Amino acid sequence: MGASHAGTFWGTPGGWTLLTAGQILLVAVGVLLSVVVVLYADRKIWAGVQMRKGPNVVGPFGTLQLFADAGKFLLKEIVIPDGADKLIFLAAPVFTVTLGLSAWAALPLAPGWVVSNINVGVLYLFAISSLGVYGIIMGGWASNSKYPFLGALRSAAQMVSYEVSIGFVIVTVIVLAGSMNLQTIVAQQAGWFWNWNVLGGGGWKNLPMALVMIPMSVIFFVSSLAETNRPPFDLSEAESELVAGYQVEYSSTPYLLFMMGEYINIILLCGLITVLFFGGWQAPFPTPFLKDWAPTLASLFGLAWFVLKIGFFFFMFAMVKAVVPRYRYDQLMRLGWKVFLPTSLVAVMLVAAWRVFGPTG
Amino acid sequence: MALQAIAFYILAAATLGAGLLVITARNPVHSVLFLIAAFFAAAGLFVLLGAEFLAMILVVVYVGAVAVLFLFVVMMLDVDFSALRAGFSRYLPVGAVVATILVVEMVAVSVGVAQRGAAAGATPLAPTSVTNAEAIGRVLYTDYVYFFQAAGMILLVAMIGAIVLTLRHRAGVRRQSIVDQTARTPAAGMRLVQIKSGEGLRE
Repeated sequence: MGASHAGTFWGTPGGWTLLTAGQILLVAVGVLLSVVVVLYADRKIWAGVQMRKGPNVVGPFGTLQLFADAGKFLLKEIVIPDGADKLIFLAAPVFTVTLGLSAWAALPLAPGWVVSNINVGVLYLFAISSLGVYGIIMGGWASNSKYPFLGALRSAAQMVSYEVSIGFVIVTVIVLAGSMNLQTIVAQQAGWFWNWNVLGGGGWKNLPMALVMIPMSVIFFVSSLAETNRPPFDLSEAESELVAGYQVEYSSTPYLLFMMGEYINIILLCGLITVLFFGGWQAPFPTPFLKDWAPTLASLFGLAWFVLKIGFFFFMFAMVKAVVPRYRYDQLMRLGWKVFLPTSLVAVMLVAAWRVFGPTG
Repeated sequence: MALQAIAFYILAAATLGAGLLVITARNPVHSVLFLIAAFFAAAGLFVLLGAEFLAMILVVVYVGAVAVLFLFVVMMLDVDFSALRAGFSRYLPVGAVVATILVVEMVAVSVGVAQRGAAAGATPLAPTSVTNAEAIGRVLYTDYVYFFQAAGMILLVAMIGAIVLTLRHRAGVRRQSIVDQTARTPAAGMRLVQIKSGEGLRE
């Protein structure tokens, strides 16, 4: 992916379309497969913390449980509530999954492996993730029922609130890296792990910035929990008050799509944390030996690190779900608006000042 | 290039179609959703023009923030459209005048553009080697820094105005103070009492 094919068949409009479609298919299949892995891991980790066994009946160690669940969802009847806005009701989950998958187009998976290497990649991801709220509002409104509507409103307010702090955290990384291109941001974090943006991104000279960037990465992590409606911020589907929030009227395949969209977004945000703060596909040590490897092998080496890091952050997501109790709604809003927003605003100013007056200015 | 032409016609048709549906849809929520579709297609047109930064900002600001508020308001309000349409014939002359002015302006602009080309006479502000995000930044923070600051001030004033209008201090409301809660020690928060058997607690 990404290599120049000018002059060959792949450079012609037809070839280009075919090539891009193939890349999109490859990434989409990869993401969907990782959703299965991640869902299984989520349930196993959750069960492990609670000293349960988790899924353990279907297949070896319960690994086929997810496929059994998917089959069950697909075979059930789609129930559309009376008086629901049928089109929007069915479009909402499709919209959620489409957005989740389209965001992956700009995420660099390995050296040179990205479907679309756009200059404003960070902004693209931010724009796409800010659209995620529509799936929830549409689903909640179209259900024509109180609980989904309340759940949708709560969830939308929550996502809009945390988007603000996520935006400012992203600005700190953009200012630090001096680029909005995700490939450039990752490439700049090459070498030892102290070049990663979480430690100031730029070796020993920028190390004082670690004091700002470590809190920023924590804020980004917590905000992405809120953004994906994960526990402890799963107020939109708080089962004790709202039954299941915006998706209470959903059954069968549409519910499955909502579920999938949610997990695609979770993996995406794990990937975004990795790319922005923890070096993306870079190994935590210098890799001069990669020059002698075949390009594909070197890319696979990068991909392995990327997957490893995503796996680590997903493990953190799952552990938070297992050990942290749910927030109350006013506490959630206080954390977003009164703690994260001012902190990230100050951080933007500090990083900008460092870039202008600091040693790298 | 052929692909770009195809993409342009699809996006342009989508923009116009969605715009038309915004004003013809019976359900206001559908109108807002079509408005979002129109924004989205317009962002696509920006990308085709090579202005990817503007496209993303359009999506982030208009679709991600403004339209969400629109949707909130429209969903919460019980808009009676038949009542709104009642005065249609009364407002028709005013609407027609405004529409005519807009059409004349747009035709004049497009004729002008068609005759001498959109970029004729315009000089590039920055060398073409920089990305357009960088080019916008260079112009915005140097030549237009006062306008930029003024826009920021206006938004700040609007924000403060909204807070002043909606903030009210009610007396007698018990609020949670998280600082007080975390600063509480066991000594301040509880009292250990030795209760003698058969006497119970007396106070």
